[in-house]
Amino acid sequence: MLEIQTPEAIMFWVLAPVAVLAALGMLLVKKAVHSALLLAWVMITLAIFYIAQDALFLGIVQIVVYTGAVMMLFLFILMLVGVDASDSLTETISGLRPIAITAAVGFGGLFVSLIGRATIGHKPYGLEIANSNGNVQGLAKELFSTYVWPFEVVSALLITAALGAMVLAHHQRTVARPTQREQSIARFRTGSLAGAAGLPNPGVYARHNAVDVPALLPDGTPAPNSISATLKARGDMLESQSFELSEVDNTVTEEK
Amino acid sequence: MSAYNYLYVSGLLFTIGAVGVVVRRNAIVVFMCVELMLNAANLTLVTFSRINGTLDGQIVAFFTMVVAACEVVVGLAIIVTIYRSRRSASIDDASLLKR
Repeated sequence: MLEIQTPEAIMFWVLAPVAVLAALGMLLVKKAVHSALLLAWVMITLAIFYIAQDALFLGIVQIVVYTGAVMMLFLFILMLVGVDASDSLTETISGLRPIAITAAVGFGGLFVSLIGRATIGHKPYGLEIANSNGNVQGLAKELFSTYVWPFEVVSALLITAALGAMVLAHHQRTVARPTQREQSIARFRTGSLAGAAGLPNPGVYARHNAVDVPALLPDGTPAPNSISATLKARGDMLESQSFELSEVDNTVTEEK
Repeated sequence: MSAYNYLYVSGLLFTIGAVGVVVRRNAIVVFMCVELMLNAANLTLVTFSRINGTLDGQIVAFFTMVVAACEVVVGLAIIVTIYRSRRSASIDDASLLKR
């Protein structure tokens, strides 16, 4: 009988509830980013479980592949699709949620009772003999002897997936890309001629040069299109009037 | 404590993932729940490997990881393509076959 020693038992009873709670939180939080972070935590916990169960190689691969690559890909796509696009938690199909929870309780109960029944009287062996030459060496020996054909097939699968992603991400242009000449012509034909030469720079020279202060026109009025629309929308625009040179001496003295 | 306790955790995680796939509507969250189910299956395989004293379970878990990586790549590409044409990542919006 494989008796698990105390350190692993402590590790298990600390991390297993945390993993289950994080998974539940992933289900319940509204924002997709929070779900992703909780899932990353579950995956790190599983990596610790693997290492604790003499699967050193898989534990490291779990961290590198899942928390490193897959979760970063998820976060990347979340950024692309819109981080603040939070899920509305109202149900569209009536009665879906109670049915799903009932089914889950039934399924989970079945699963747990099945494990409980299936394992009665069966003695686990442990991996001491299989890992006697080292976990990585043992896995490599299996992978390149018994499982060499699945290994090759999996490589074909990886290449196919990479190709598939490229095909799906490929974006066919429906109209030709405008050339620089066409853009220049369009700038003069449409809109005012004042904007054709480019927008004025922000900042009141000599007193304040930051990008959040609109430039002053020759008649002293601020030029609103000299600062970014984002700053305006956020309300971060400063009044340029306060930086005006009021006490400047603009009398012209005749030089001899 | 016996090694079987890992199987219970894995069963719970799998069930939670399955509920997430059914209940959540953001396509990316649904996808993450699928990942959770795959991870739970991997934990089962690693535990079985320990119980049986052979490395076959770990090899199968390794293959599962590769397949999951492929699935993530293609699935996320599909989500991005759908988002590009519909400006929405909700799985309720993509119901073109129903109408």
